[in-house]
Amino acid sequence: MTKNIGKLSATAFTQLVLALFTLISMFPIVLIIINAFKSRDGIFDNPMALPTSETFSLVGFHKVLDKSPFLHFFENSLIVTVGSLVLILLFAAMAAWALSEYKFKGSRWLAVYLAFGIMVPIRLGTVSILQLAVQFNLVNTLTILVLVYVAQGLPLAIMILSEFMQQIPKELKEAARCDGVGEFKIFFQIILPLIRPAVATVAVFTMVPIWNDLWFPLILAPGEETQTVTLGVQQFIGQYVTDWNAVLASLSLAVAPVLLMYIFASRQLIRGITAGAVK
Amino acid sequence: MKRFSFWHVVVFLAPAFLIYTVFSAYPLLDTLRQGFYTTSDTGHQSWIGIANYTKLLTDPQWSDGFWNAMKNNVKFFLIHMCIQNPIGLLLAALLSLKGVKGAKAYQTVLFLPTLLSVVIIGFIWQLILSPLWGVSESLMTHVGLGEHFAPWLGQEETALITLALISVWQFVGIPMMLIYASLIAIPEEIIEAAVVEGASPWRIFWTIRLPLILPTLGLVTILTFVGNFNAFDLIYSVKGAIAGPNFSTDILGTYFYRTFFGYQSQVGSPTMGAAVATTMFLIILAGVGVYTFLIQRKLQRHSF
Repeated sequence: MTKNIGKLSATAFTQLVLALFTLISMFPIVLIIINAFKSRDGIFDNPMALPTSETFSLVGFHKVLDKSPFLHFFENSLIVTVGSLVLILLFAAMAAWALSEYKFKGSRWLAVYLAFGIMVPIRLGTVSILQLAVQFNLVNTLTILVLVYVAQGLPLAIMILSEFMQQIPKELKEAARCDGVGEFKIFFQIILPLIRPAVATVAVFTMVPIWNDLWFPLILAPGEETQTVTLGVQQFIGQYVTDWNAVLASLSLAVAPVLLMYIFASRQLIRGITAGAVK
Repeated sequence: MKRFSFWHVVVFLAPAFLIYTVFSAYPLLDTLRQGFYTTSDTGHQSWIGIANYTKLLTDPQWSDGFWNAMKNNVKFFLIHMCIQNPIGLLLAALLSLKGVKGAKAYQTVLFLPTLLSVVIIGFIWQLILSPLWGVSESLMTHVGLGEHFAPWLGQEETALITLALISVWQFVGIPMMLIYASLIAIPEEIIEAAVVEGASPWRIFWTIRLPLILPTLGLVTILTFVGNFNAFDLIYSVKGAIAGPNFSTDILGTYFYRTFFGYQSQVGSPTMGAAVATTMFLIILAGVGVYTFLIQRKLQRHSF
């Protein structure tokens, strides 16, 4: 009997703690989103209330979309993120295949060299990266952002994909080789489809830091034409700091794509982390 | 047995190798080199040995700012270690208990903030803590703590702690997920054996599960270290490059930015910036070195 009560209170404690922290992590985001849909009076009179027919207003969103090329920022972020992602996944898969399949002189050193970038942040090379960008005439272009993000994302992607490549059964590759299938065909038609789940996991990991980055857009592509969402919001809010409707709306707009992605990919992502970290 | 040619290796490796070398490895090495140079007013660079570093560490014009940023950065890191990682451990431990209702949903929500941009999170908290809006003040009044409210982000004594706590709020999901993953990877039989022996859940946690996840706690520590000593976005978006009030929130990332680009009356210097970046590189390298050689090895020895 006492044992049951103890168990019951332990369960209650667990639920209480988890619910409390969940509330703390949800509250700020929900608060911003509900207030983005209110009039100025509604925002200040009762911040916690949901928008009612009296306080509902889209004035903030109108202001943001009128006063800043917000959709253009989205477009820039999308180009940079998707472009980097495709190149990272393709080049990392190719490199991972060469490193795990072909044993050649220096392959170990090459793997260590490429792995070095996992722990050392690429930001520390910013002085030279900016000089390179000036030299190649790439300042204020999306190209330089893509190149830097590819260099940043490759090391971790190569490491994770190498581990998956090593799990592919030897017989599969040998059978193909016996049939006279070329190495490139083996890679693109047999190996790539096999590692698809790993590629999806790596994709989500790589995508988020690129989409959210402030540092490189601020330094390499701060021009109006090439601003990404993160930089655009940062500059916009700096300018309209007293316009609460606009600020709240721009924050909500910036959060929306990640929220949407998360709704669809959260299971895959969490499974990826829990499976990946076991090793 | 050799079924591949030299060209296969080259074609598969070249794209990754080239981009990584040109945009990551070379800039890093070149930054180390430029730390030993000085820039004249015309932009010409000339060798000056370790003068930049002596300036940075001992000349008050530079060193005051540097050591202040360093001290703040250490504080920033310690707050993460003492609050973020223990909370992450607690949440992971609770989530990994058997039969917790809604565990998946809790996980999903608790992990969400880590995916959002630090800039956005910084602004969101700035609004919530703003005395103008009064959200935090009225919340605190509800629980009877109203008179303790203060504009924390604006005060010299509290700004850094507040920013660190905002960062903790955002990133607590990372240690939680990593620790959770290693907790559920512990073989069932070990735990069951202990249960049969009559060990309490509390004891099982401290004497069996915790020692088994030590490698993950080491990993969490080094990830926190690298992330914190490389942080910039949060301070910059909430406090700007000046990291006010009175540089009380200045950390190495913002100090590096100001040194490189200049601010107010001070002109930016790429070579001095390179020296700061090199110093940050050495700090991070030292951390990673300690982790791999000390902690990793010791843990491996223990696990046998």
